[in-house]
Amino acid sequence: MQQSVSAHVSDHDHGHVDQEGLKVLGFWIFLVTDCLLFATFFATYAVLHNHTNGGFTAKEFDIPGFIIETFILLISSFTSGLAVLAMNKGNKKGLIRWLIVTAALGATFVGFEINEFTHMVAEGATISKSAFLTSFFSLVGTHGLHVTFGIFWMIGLIFQLSRKGITPVTKRKISIISLYWHFLDAVWIFIFTVVYLMGVM
Amino acid sequence: MSNHHDTGSIKAYIIGFILSIVLTIIPLVLVLEHLLSKSALVVSILVAAVLQFVIQLFFFMHIRDGEGPRYNVMALILGLVFVVTIVAGAMWIMSFNSQVQ
Amino acid sequence: MGKSHFFVTGDPMIYGADVSIVLAMIAIVFSLTYFKKWGYLWREWITTVDHKKIGIMYLLSSLIMLFRGGVDAILMRLQLAIPNNHFLPSEHYNEIFTTHGTIMILFMAMPFMFALFNMVVPLQLGARDVAFPMLNALSFWLFFIGAMLFNISFVIGGSADAGWLSYPPLSENAFSPGPGQNFWIWGIQLSGIGSLATGINFIVTILKMRTPSMRLRDMPLFSWSVLSSSIAILGVFPILTVTLAMLTIDRLLGGHFFTMDAGGNPMMYVNLIWMWGHPEVYIVVLPAFGVYSEVVATFSRKRIFGYGSMVFSMIAISVVSYYTWAHHFFTMGAGADVNIVFAICTMIIAIPTGVKIFNWLFTMFRGRIRVTQPMLWFYAFVPTFLVGGATGVMLAAAPADYQYHNSYFLIAHFHQVLIGGVVFGYLAGMYYWFPKIFGFKLNDRLGKWGFWLWQIGFYVCFMPQYALGFMGMTRRIYTYNQSAGWDMGWAPLNMISTVGAFLMGLGFVFQAWQIIYSLKHGERDVTGDAWDGRTLEWSIPSPPPIYNFAVLPTVKGLDAWWYQKEEMKKEGYKPEPVKYEPIHMPKNTGIPFIMSIFWFIAGFGFTFEWMWMGIIGLIGVVATLFARSFQYDTDYYISVEEIERTEKALRNYTSVQRSAN
Repeated sequence: MQQSVSAHVSDHDHGHVDQEGLKVLGFWIFLVTDCLLFATFFATYAVLHNHTNGGFTAKEFDIPGFIIETFILLISSFTSGLAVLAMNKGNKKGLIRWLIVTAALGATFVGFEINEFTHMVAEGATISKSAFLTSFFSLVGTHGLHVTFGIFWMIGLIFQLSRKGITPVTKRKISIISLYWHFLDAVWIFIFTVVYLMGVM
Repeated sequence: MSNHHDTGSIKAYIIGFILSIVLTIIPLVLVLEHLLSKSALVVSILVAAVLQFVIQLFFFMHIRDGEGPRYNVMALILGLVFVVTIVAGAMWIMSFNSQVQ
Repeated sequence: MGKSHFFVTGDPMIYGADVSIVLAMIAIVFSLTYFKKWGYLWREWITTVDHKKIGIMYLLSSLIMLFRGGVDAILMRLQLAIPNNHFLPSEHYNEIFTTHGTIMILFMAMPFMFALFNMVVPLQLGARDVAFPMLNALSFWLFFIGAMLFNISFVIGGSADAGWLSYPPLSENAFSPGPGQNFWIWGIQLSGIGSLATGINFIVTILKMRTPSMRLRDMPLFSWSVLSSSIAILGVFPILTVTLAMLTIDRLLGGHFFTMDAGGNPMMYVNLIWMWGHPEVYIVVLPAFGVYSEVVATFSRKRIFGYGSMVFSMIAISVVSYYTWAHHFFTMGAGADVNIVFAICTMIIAIPTGVKIFNWLFTMFRGRIRVTQPMLWFYAFVPTFLVGGATGVMLAAAPADYQYHNSYFLIAHFHQVLIGGVVFGYLAGMYYWFPKIFGFKLNDRLGKWGFWLWQIGFYVCFMPQYALGFMGMTRRIYTYNQSAGWDMGWAPLNMISTVGAFLMGLGFVFQAWQIIYSLKHGERDVTGDAWDGRTLEWSIPSPPPIYNFAVLPTVKGLDAWWYQKEEMKKEGYKPEPVKYEPIHMPKNTGIPFIMSIFWFIAGFGFTFEWMWMGIIGLIGVVATLFARSFQYDTDYYISVEEIERTEKALRNYTSVQRSAN
């Protein structure tokens, strides 16, 4: 059905809007709003980060832990780029393979983060301990939720790819999720810098 | 789709990847080895973060692609203005906070 | 929370509401079943992605919400009419002023605005639909479900009572335990996500979906106002989402963003909520400015004066509005430097607004003016908004604000700009585009009754409140003259104000009557061009066919339809032969509705802190997202034969009506 519709579009719809390009632009604008969402969390973190209520402070972050998380996410951003390259070459198998690698790296990242959080909670650094910890868990946790959502989304797309192959529609979907994934890495750079590096400084 | 003819090559991705790694390691070393005074340190690691963000935009997210007016770039610039306003505005307005607490 | 508290008890008014809600539900279910309309409702309305129908649903819901918010207002005015009054219990009074504010801004003004967006923008642009029709339907259902969630708090669980922006620490668990505050959070959260999606949708629609020959500089001013308003939505609604999420984290997960203990800072909430809240009022007023621009140009039979400066001033307003938020809390103590900057930005924003008023007046200068209903509302707007703006500049002076703030002076000011600017504008827009969407005009005589009652009621209601503010009456006061011996002399002015509120209520009754009366007796619009209009929406039949434009229109500049009509009047005008092509349209889908039901389940669960229910709802939301992602068969084509059939039928109908007249 979709095939016939796309064939239609190229046949005699000159004046018409390019549906897939429209969706990519819409997604860019959504990313901007997501940016503002994180900015608000960052602003609150910046205001509240000294309000530690005599408990856990930013100096006590697990340094090897966040370094590993940073590199895992950076590598996954690269592999999601490789997936897009494979797609542009029309290589469906390579595309699916790199998507699986990316999703697996994402899952590892989330695993490390959960590990970090549970350790902190075990030490008594819970979300209700201080305003600092509330803003920390909210900011980093929101990013983690975004990554988790992205993993499930990617798995869904892998199924669609194996069924439909590389079509204009699946191509657009892959471009969008790779934008999303790079964006999450970009947000992480600032979490890494503002929360972790400035914290342990 | 309008923007897949000039999306990056494998070379561009590798360059971007290496630059990102370098820009991650530099601030890490600066912080862990206490190489700079506090304010210089803050400025330099923030600069590294912004540079890495720009690299993501150009090498991975292909912000330059596509034809016609680049509404995505305009949206992004406007978004960055808003981001700076939110963060800087909130910090400035709430700066009385440090005296109160 | 135990079962005994689930239903609100103990107030005869609420028992009355319970009974009438149950009766209304039974009546709706019965009549839908009896007339076999369930299928119709599902196929034609619930699953629709047509922007015109979505606009109609927004309009209906916002009028219902205007009624609910208006009843709240009248109850408040009754409570304040005489001194020492205990007509309402004090908690009930607090709930009512909270719901009045929230409903009027978020569940009346916003959907009314989206109604106009949806009914007009694609038609003005020569487009067949918005950029993302399914998302558009989702936005509507999220708003609707949010509004319903907010409104059931009246009978289940109890309403929020911490003021329309619910400042912490009052809105935190320590001072407002129970579901009321959560209803407020989730009702707004859901509809806010819908608003954000609408903002994105209309930005992309305006940038990308215009008929190919329409450049941005040929675009009608209403569409420009929608663009500038959508940019502001884009910039601030994420902040609202996060601020509400933070309050949720505090209340549900024991966080300390805004609490009084463990280092929380309630002032940060005030700061964040106004970062959204101030631009929000510009978001709602900009489209009203757009409406006035269309109305004034049409009924002065002149091109709008200063098109370029109009566009520039709207974009300027939408950007500068981002830099004024701190004027809502000058007295917080952020320091003189902060207050100065925000005071100046606030005053600067009066300049582009003034430019617009002058442009409208210059458009009318030497125009051939027709005084129709939309034009009446414009006339009413000018002085009302002017006074409201002037008192706004008074409030913007930071040192003086220490005197005015939190008083009835402020109440009078913002009602004057919001009613005079926004409500009058939207009503003008409703009267103006009503014949386009529904195919008939609204009755003039009843409309004029409604108009004059509104006007007189407005001034009688709000002018005394400025004086009351100066006399020291603070907002949200429950009653006055509790103990003898400190009569402040507030009673007479309060009584007058209450009379004014009733007059406005009566005006609304006339308008409701006007709509019902006109359904049957309204003047049918057979030309598609009810007002001798200037922009593309008037070039197609009323109501427009599903695909709006059989052939995408050609635009050669501003006021495209006006100049095409001039062409058509010339000797030897030959219409270009039309060649239809198949039209690409989105299919109806039930997913927006189903997803919103899951959001409702999630919101209801979290409101009562039943985590299992909230999580089930969220899982349902994600599942429907996935279901949509796996749906590939989402569009269809309307064949050339069907277009020919539809167009022929529309033209026959028109010519029959014409000869009958």
